[in-house]
Amino acid sequence: MKLSNKMAMEFSSIPDNVALARVTVAAFASQMDFTLEDLDEIKVAVSEAVSNSIIHGYLNNPGFVVVVRAAIYNDNLLEIEISDNGTGIEDIEQAMEPAYSSNPERMGLGFSFMQSFMDKVEVDSAQGQGTKVRLIKGLTGSKNNTQEN
Amino acid sequence: MGVASEYKEGVLRVKITGDFDMAVADKIRCHIDEKLDEGRVRNILMDLTDVGFIDSSGLGVILGRYKRVTVLGGKMAITGAQPQVRRILELSGVEKIIRCYEIEDEAFKAM
Repeated sequence: MKLSNKMAMEFSSIPDNVALARVTVAAFASQMDFTLEDLDEIKVAVSEAVSNSIIHGYLNNPGFVVVVRAAIYNDNLLEIEISDNGTGIEDIEQAMEPAYSSNPERMGLGFSFMQSFMDKVEVDSAQGQGTKVRLIKGLTGSKNNTQEN
Repeated sequence: MGVASEYKEGVLRVKITGDFDMAVADKIRCHIDEKLDEGRVRNILMDLTDVGFIDSSGLGVILGRYKRVTVLGGKMAITGAQPQVRRILELSGVEKIIRCYEIEDEAFKAM
């Protein structure tokens, strides 16, 4: 796959930076021929992943860093990676179940939205090892581009 | 980004502006809960006309308040949801339990 463009940002694990992350990634993604609806979906997916890092990864501690990377391949595939060095996920399958949350005050729909709005969601995490979430979205009609080469 | 509320026709009308995400969720939750604690009303109308973005953090606040008014025997409605917000309400199933209106008068009549 040919890398067309990439970006990276890191920011403090504070709630105000969730909007910064989603707006920045959406602006980056707007270089592709995504529709406005696609960009809205990307914003939600990024918002959920970054919120997870802050709330679950870092337990709302503002003293840490979240890293967001994004890349465009072949001008038609967007790959976003949200990573943290937080607590990590002990059971990824359970964490990704709809309506599951380790926090009883929350809805547990973050991963469900990510999976609904992105073509592929990959989670790399272990307890105490931090978490890396990869979100992949191709242009409409290019879903086969999300297959691994 | 903010929250303001008023009492109108026996309903707590809550207007939220800006993005409804984790950055404002606690503030909005506390604002509404304080009003409900006053005991003057048990119905909530949430005006989302000026909300341009919502994610599951915002949904959590809406659903939590819905549970609270339901226990009190009250009702809840949403008005003015923009298309991208409405989509999230539909996808999450919130729209099945909290009625969404485009016109505020209709919401008040229903309550």
